[in-house]
Amino acid sequence: MSRILIRGGRILDPSVNRDEPGDLLIEGGVIAEIAANLEVPGSEVIDAAGAWVSPGFIDMHSHLREPGQEYKEDIASGGRSAVAGGFTAVACMANTHPANDDPAMTNFILDRALRDSPARVYPIAAATMGLEGEVMTEMVALVAAGAVAFSDDGKTITDSGVMRRVLEYSRLVGVPVIVHCEDRALVGDGVVNEGPVSTRLGLPGNPAVAETVHIQRDLLLAEITGAELHVAHVSTAGGVEAIRLARERGIQVTAEVTPHHLTLTDEALLGFDTHAKVAPPLRSRADVRACRDGLADGTIDAIATDHAPHALHEKELEFTSAPPGMIGFETAAAVVLDLVRSGELTPLELVRRMSTHPAQILRRPGGTLSIGSPADVVVLDPERRWTYDPVKGYSKSRNSPWAGETLTGRVVATLVDGRLAYHVDRGILLP
Amino acid sequence: MIGRDLLGIEDLDRADIERILETAEHMGEIGEREVKKVPTLRGRTLVNLFFEGSTRTQTSFEIAGKRLSADVVNFSAMSSSLAKSESILDTARTLDAMDPDVVVVRHGVAGVPKRIADVLEAPVINAGDGAHEHPTQALLDLFTVSREKGRIDGLTVTIVGDILHSRVARSNIYGFLKMGAEVRVAAPPPMIPPAIETLGVKAFTSLREALDGADVVMALRIQNERLAGSYFPSVREYAATFGLDRGKLRYAKDDAIVMHPGPVNRGVELSHDLADHRPGVILDQVRNGVSIRMAVLYLISGRRPSGGSD
Amino acid sequence: MSRDEVQQTGPGVPRGARTILDETGIRRTLMRIAHEILERSEDPDQLYLVAIPNGGVPLARQIAGNLQQIADLRVAVGILDTTLYRDDLTSTNERPMLRRTEMPSAVDDRVVLLVDDVVKTGRTIRAAMDALTDFGRPRAVQVVGLIDRGHRELPIKLDYVGKNVPTGPGENVRLLGEFGGLDGRLAVVIERGTSDLAMEAVGGGEIG
Repeated sequence: MSRILIRGGRILDPSVNRDEPGDLLIEGGVIAEIAANLEVPGSEVIDAAGAWVSPGFIDMHSHLREPGQEYKEDIASGGRSAVAGGFTAVACMANTHPANDDPAMTNFILDRALRDSPARVYPIAAATMGLEGEVMTEMVALVAAGAVAFSDDGKTITDSGVMRRVLEYSRLVGVPVIVHCEDRALVGDGVVNEGPVSTRLGLPGNPAVAETVHIQRDLLLAEITGAELHVAHVSTAGGVEAIRLARERGIQVTAEVTPHHLTLTDEALLGFDTHAKVAPPLRSRADVRACRDGLADGTIDAIATDHAPHALHEKELEFTSAPPGMIGFETAAAVVLDLVRSGELTPLELVRRMSTHPAQILRRPGGTLSIGSPADVVVLDPERRWTYDPVKGYSKSRNSPWAGETLTGRVVATLVDGRLAYHVDRGILLP
Repeated sequence: MIGRDLLGIEDLDRADIERILETAEHMGEIGEREVKKVPTLRGRTLVNLFFEGSTRTQTSFEIAGKRLSADVVNFSAMSSSLAKSESILDTARTLDAMDPDVVVVRHGVAGVPKRIADVLEAPVINAGDGAHEHPTQALLDLFTVSREKGRIDGLTVTIVGDILHSRVARSNIYGFLKMGAEVRVAAPPPMIPPAIETLGVKAFTSLREALDGADVVMALRIQNERLAGSYFPSVREYAATFGLDRGKLRYAKDDAIVMHPGPVNRGVELSHDLADHRPGVILDQVRNGVSIRMAVLYLISGRRPSGGSD
Repeated sequence: MSRDEVQQTGPGVPRGARTILDETGIRRTLMRIAHEILERSEDPDQLYLVAIPNGGVPLARQIAGNLQQIADLRVAVGILDTTLYRDDLTSTNERPMLRRTEMPSAVDDRVVLLVDDVVKTGRTIRAAMDALTDFGRPRAVQVVGLIDRGHRELPIKLDYVGKNVPTGPGENVRLLGEFGGLDGRLAVVIERGTSDLAMEAVGGGEIG
């Protein structure tokens, strides 16, 4: 039986509110022991001095582009990029080509993941056929095939009647319906947050209210249907407030926010850099503030990257034509550590939002270091400085606004199922 | 200023603008000679890279370049090139290999001249990018006003029309503010850009109030096809509320001048009689356009010299 | 006036500069030049003084005044900026300021007298001749230079010279002030160690 000893780190286990120095022993693919000063001869040792040792991060929202757009990313490269970012599991969205709206597609994704991906992959199936927002998908069959949630992310379900029935039907399978909230008519051809920046840039604006209107709608529909609603990539103060009030009223809703919506504002667009073009768009300082507060007070449950690879030639198109999205697996930890450095979150609380809560929402194992649980572990050095070069990263794409930036905080090692998948000095080691 | 891009008035300071206006004054004199040509840019190549049709502006740059003896190459990459064959940046890279001395870019989407400027060695002049900026238009407007009024400081300038979609409005706002004027904008509410006051202007939805005491009234072109029915109900109602005619002009100062970047929708932004007679200075704007563009080409053309002086 | 260099300090004269021709000297020289022009002119009615700014302007006007005074001759005075015709625009780091061009009369068939304050390499005169050609076809072109400091790079000769001033390469000669100008002093000074380009930016001496 292979044994791995992670030594000298700070153990962070949100599932039992544990935050203390210690050594962690993995044996037979599960967590075997956590104690101070473990001596285990014959084990592979991973040095975690100065680093956090926590349950592996779980990304609830990513785009792996396979099938159909493998030139941007595929399950293999996406999985590698994920473990390089400390993610032991990622949930991938259904807007592939063809869409994941059929059990055969779900099976395909799972097969590919098994074969190619060092990280676990959980397929999110489409809520409507072809993501057209009209006919709901065969949710029972899709869940049986392995889908963990439903979402038309990439698009929105505009027809409120369809949205209601999708939420109602989802109660048969008891999995979350993840909503990408934007009122397309209010968005119009908006590509930048509507406000002083869009005025200066002369680009069509995407008003914050377009998101809030749909969040409100979906919250009300969740209330009357009793479905499990999960709001994807919240970006507006209005949205955060709506979710907060809904919770107080007892509506069952969870929410996620991206690293970029926690740290970047629409001012990042002032040079027309398409790498900062994302949907929903980067918003105002007040919106970023509200998202950070919402994450800290628990209104927003999880951090999810919305890793969205796009090829260089696509991002080089003029601003209105360039597809929105940025890759995010490998920069997520460094970026969100900003909230720990500012004192808004403790390390334990950050890990909870990157691991424990996503696991709970998706009802997957993970988010814990309890003895006997699968050893999905990440070793993160929060002080390590490095320069992010997407060319040297594992994603096939390079569309990141942090390209060339010096970041603080880097994943040292990622273990999946008790096996070392990634080490900063050795690269990708699985499959 | 050699080798420096001219992407927008937002990037210029007052001294830059004054330099350009002063240079344009001298360039104007050349247009009054028999031989309207000087050898200054002989052997230099000016490339007009127009992704959006515009006879006026393109011709104006062409004349300006030729009066300075430059070789002018017109590259009309209209629409279809975009997604199909070559991306814009690939086009720019190919162009760069041909070593132009100055490239003039017009595109329907904001930001393209900047992206091209990042790729090219040669300086780039923005001839209009989406609703973002049209710096040479604003410069010629500033030039026209300063010639008419003798100054710009302290004047009240009112811009009327589709401010939201107008690059001419934005560039003029920056330009007139930097030169010390008070700037007002007037439009039906959906066409006033969000947070426009952060630029330093006052926004009005009443034309009468906006015109009160104005020295300069600038009417912008309304794009009927695109906007009637969504941003305002009809051309008829627009003309009645925001169209300029002699009657409404009385709210402005007696010696107020009327400007329009052209082409004019007669009977919409300007009544028929205003479009044809003084106090409009619209044809002067066209003449001044060549002088301004000559000035800009003179000041900017050429690679930024590396290192110090020879 | 003595041809000795006179050490002069006072308002307007930069430190380290030597005045080689003061206001009185300039006036006398320009009067002498006016006489010479009349003496050598076959058809004084065809004369046209064309000043190269900035230095040539007050000089041309003074010469015109002198011609009026001596022979009751009204000679047209034009101003011709040569900046756009310079042959060195590719190699400089800055675009020089343009100056006013005002050509009140046509140039065709006239005897043009180009007037400049300091002539050195001859390039400004060449540029002025190119500019003139764009205005028409003069019958003849002659050159009036207040100071000839030598170092020609082109085959340009001066027809009328105020004063020959031998200079070293590190020196510069320029005309300060204006007739009736604010600092009240019109003088030609010679300075050491300043670059010609810097002088050009001030609007004084010859770039070449």
